Amino acid sequence: MTGSIAAIGAGLAVIGAGIGIGRIGGSAMEAIARQPEAQAKIQTAMIIAAALVEGVALFGVVVALLSK
Amino acid sequence: MLLVKKIASLLVSLTIVINVFAAHQEEDQRTTDSLAPMENSSPNSEQEVGVEQNGHEEKAFDPNSLIFEHISDSHQWHIWGDHGHDFHIPLPVILYTDKGIEFFSSSRIEHHEDIYQGKHYSYKLEEEHIEIVDPVTGELDEEATQKIKDFSITKNVAQMLISVLVLMLVFTSVAKSYSKQGINSSPKGLQSFMESLIVFVRDDIAKTNISNNPDKYLPFLLTIFFFILINNIFGMIPIGANLTGNIAFTVVMGTITFIVTQFSGTKSYWGHIILPPVPKWLYPIMVPVEIIGIFSKPFALIIRLFANITAGHIIVISLISLIFISKSILTSFVSVPFTLFIDVLECLVAFLQAYIFTMLTALFIGMANEEHHHEHEGAHDHH
Repeated sequence: MTGSIAAIGAGLAVIGAGIGIGRIGGSAMEAIARQPEAQAKIQTAMIIAAALVEGVALFGVVVALLSK
Repeated sequence: MLLVKKIASLLVSLTIVINVFAAHQEEDQRTTDSLAPMENSSPNSEQEVGVEQNGHEEKAFDPNSLIFEHISDSHQWHIWGDHGHDFHIPLPVILYTDKGIEFFSSSRIEHHEDIYQGKHYSYKLEEEHIEIVDPVTGELDEEATQKIKDFSITKNVAQMLISVLVLMLVFTSVAKSYSKQGINSSPKGLQSFMESLIVFVRDDIAKTNISNNPDKYLPFLLTIFFFILINNIFGMIPIGANLTGNIAFTVVMGTITFIVTQFSGTKSYWGHIILPPVPKWLYPIMVPVEIIGIFSKPFALIIRLFANITAGHIIVISLISLIFISKSILTSFVSVPFTLFIDVLECLVAFLQAYIFTMLTALFIGMANEEHHHEHEGAHDHH
C-alpha cells in the first residue's frame, strides 16, 4: 500500500513540475516573439529556470523513492 | 536528407539488435520450461520440482531489483551477462575492523552463501553490506559488524579514480600545449574544445556572479564543473558506474561547497545573517530563516544533482525493462526510440546539472563575498 501512495505522491510532484516548466516555456515564447534578437539570452535563462524547477519536483520524487 | 537516412538506419539496427537479444532470452526461458515437467515422475523429486519451479520462477523478470542493481554501488564491476553466467571484475575489499586491516578480493564473498575466513574475523556479504559472521553457523555478529569501517574500492570509487585520471590526462595535455606553442598562437585540437569550456566557466559563471576577486575561486569552480560533467557522462555509457546518482558523492560535493562558501564570507555577510537590516520586531522570524538558509542552499544543490541523474537512469532502465516485462518483441519498436529520446535528454541534463551546480556555487560565493556597499540608507546612518 505504501508503494502506491508513494507513486501517487510522485505523480503529484510531477504535476507541479509540468505547470511550472510550462509557464516558463510560455513566457519565454512570448518574450522571444516580442523581441527576436534576444532569443539566445532568453533561451539560456529559460533552460536554467527549467532546471531549477525540475530540481524542486525531483525533491518530491526522491521522497517517494525513499518511502518505498 | 542523408543525415535523416543515417539516423533512421541507426534506429533500425538498434531495434534489430535489441530484438535479437530479447529473442535469445525468450529461448532460454523456454528451454528451462521444457526441463521442469520431466522431473514430475517420482515423489522423491517432488521437492526438486518445487525447487526447480521456484528456481524457474525466480528467473521471471524483476524490474525493481534490476533498477536498484544498476543504480547502487557494488563490490564487483559487472560488465555483461545475467545471474548465473555473467562476466564481472571483482574489486578489492578493504576493511578496517577494530582488530586490524583486512584486505581481500571480493570474489571470495561473491555468492550469497560464501563465508570468507579473514585474518581477524569471518565475513559474509549481505545486500552489498559486509558483515561479520560466525564461521561455523553463519550467524551475524552485530556489535563487531557495527565497528567495521568499509574502505573498499567499490565500483563507484574505482569510477571516481578513473574520472580523475582522465581529467588529469586531458588537462595536463591542454596546459602543456601552452608551453609548447606559446600563449599567442591559436589553439589546436583538444585544447580549443577545452578552452571554450574553460572560458565559458570563467566568464559566464565566475565573473558574472563573483564581483570580488573571481580568479581566486576559479580553480575550485572549474574542478566542480568538469568533475561533475565527466562523472555524469561516465554514468550514461553502458560500462560506467552511476557516481553522481549516489547520494554520498553529492553530499560530499555539497559539503565542500558549503565550507568554501562560509569561509569566504565577509564580515558584512555574517552581519546580515545575525542582524538583518529589518525592523527589530521581525528578528525572531528573520534570524532563524537566514540561518536555515545557510544550510538549505547546499542541501538543495545536493538533492538536485542526485535526483536529476538518478531519475534519468531509472527512466532509461524502466523503458528497456518494458520490453522484457511484456515478453514481446513488438514493444521494442515503441520502447527503443523513446529510450533514445530520453538518452539525448540525459545528455543535456548531464551538462546542465554540472552548469547549474557550478553557477549556484559561484552565486553563493559571490553573495558571501560581496564588498559591503551602502544599499540600505534607511536602516543605518553610517558604517
